[in-house]
Amino acid sequence: MKPIRVQNLVKEYGNIEAVKNISFEVEDGELFGLIGPDGAGKTTIFRILTTLLKPDSGNASVLGKDVIDEYKKIRPVVGYMPGRFSLYQDLSVEENLTFFASVFGTTIDENYELVKPIYSQLEPFKNRMAGDLSGGMKQKLALSCALIHKPKVLFLDEPTTGVDAVSRKEFWQMLHRLKDEGISILVSTPYMDEAEQCDRIALIQEGKILSIETPSDITDHFEKQLWAIKTDNKYRLIQVLRGFEYSDSVQPFGEFVHYTDQRDDFSVSELEEYLQAHELQGLEINKAKPGIEDTFMRLMEQEGNHG
Amino acid sequence: MAEPMIKAQNLTRMFGDFTAVDHISFEVGKGEIFGFLGANGAGKTTAMRMLTGLLVPTEGEATVAGYDVYTQAERIKKQIGYMSQKFSLYADLTVRENIRLYGGIYGLSDRLIKEKTNDLIAMLGMQELQDQKIGSLPLGWKQKLAFSVALIHEPQIVFLDEPTGGVDPITRRQFWEQIYKVADEGTTVFVTTHYMDEAEYCDRVSIMVDGRIDALDTPSGLKQKYEAEDIEEVFITLARGAQRAE
Repeated sequence: MKPIRVQNLVKEYGNIEAVKNISFEVEDGELFGLIGPDGAGKTTIFRILTTLLKPDSGNASVLGKDVIDEYKKIRPVVGYMPGRFSLYQDLSVEENLTFFASVFGTTIDENYELVKPIYSQLEPFKNRMAGDLSGGMKQKLALSCALIHKPKVLFLDEPTTGVDAVSRKEFWQMLHRLKDEGISILVSTPYMDEAEQCDRIALIQEGKILSIETPSDITDHFEKQLWAIKTDNKYRLIQVLRGFEYSDSVQPFGEFVHYTDQRDDFSVSELEEYLQAHELQGLEINKAKPGIEDTFMRLMEQEGNHG
Repeated sequence: MAEPMIKAQNLTRMFGDFTAVDHISFEVGKGEIFGFLGANGAGKTTAMRMLTGLLVPTEGEATVAGYDVYTQAERIKKQIGYMSQKFSLYADLTVRENIRLYGGIYGLSDRLIKEKTNDLIAMLGMQELQDQKIGSLPLGWKQKLAFSVALIHEPQIVFLDEPTGGVDPITRRQFWEQIYKVADEGTTVFVTTHYMDEAEYCDRVSIMVDGRIDALDTPSGLKQKYEAEDIEEVFITLARGAQRAE
């Protein structure tokens, strides 16, 4: 009995196809990531799996229970943290948690051990109104509320969007602890660097899954040799590289520009000469290992949809 | 630095006895891309509100495009553009109507607005979308348009508050190329982001911790100083030391 099973799922809003025939499964105790930009269909999938929205066609089940016929059996055993902060802003931190516990017929005390590592950080502010919390604290409270009934499957829709790098890192550490408790987790994020934290990821774009793989295997889809190039003037470097007759892809990447060539066998010295002829200073060209973001862009280009 | 477009000296803002921004000093040059980083709650928004003439400082000095933030806030507002991912365009107005609205707000003549609208639509390749409501467009398009609209009155400085949240990686990079282009043409760009790789696209980066600017340098200078692989590592080293309980 898989924690999550999705088969040929389709959902349309008017004539917009939000989810186009998507299938995937999440294993027991797995941390599974849906990675993709806004509008990819991630939230629709979450809403279907948490029984808040009916699919147009296809099947989906959570812990072996069908999302349409058995929705009442699903709701008590899953935790859901929606993308938009949806706690009661005019209730205090503690009142929110008490409320969510009571809705699920339990108490804070009963499941305190599970939420303790997260909630203990909020306890000094337990009388503060939820609406007055900072982004990082709201996120911790929302996760505590989603966990207070000890769910078997956890759904987290973009929990780290708009949150700073430090809080994001802490949040992922919390997820790993929950996974160790045996909770299966489906999490979505637009940050590609977070994909590496998942056991497996599905790259999703415009309602379609581009690939499902472990983070380390997914980069095998990047078949070209990737080059990382650096000069003093990045904007000019991009322009000049685009003008190179064998240029395939040119993308800024941190302090480097990632480049692929149309040809399989090309000599670096040729490119070096070309760039030097355009008076680019401080030139460095190195072979680079493609990351998840490189792979995602490659797959997007192959699908022929970007922008 | 030839002519600083933004100059802050001990700029401070208190709310009651809470010091949101604590004596920050920095300069941003013409055509520079300046990354303004900090954890949630570090004071970035308060600092930006002072620099855009929306909030009066408690203490310290600042000029933006040569105008004083205390006495010439209205002049500052005419010299700057602003774009945020949270709010920028009106969803129930069309592409053309949005451009016209912003042109009007900035006091452009009808003739100029018409001219600019056509140029802008052509430049962005949005001819077929020009009479569609903004709400129906993909996020990537909205952001490209919002950025262009923020520049419609040819401001000397543009403030971008987390401009790229949520877009796909290709669109995010196209957006940065727009930023490079306007900076190359001499517009000063002041930008906040939570994507640490984007910090590397800036000419210089400042990192705010507990209301102070704890680091300010070129990305490579910062990495060298903190012996870090990337800016994310620098950021985490600095922000971990924060005392402020969000």
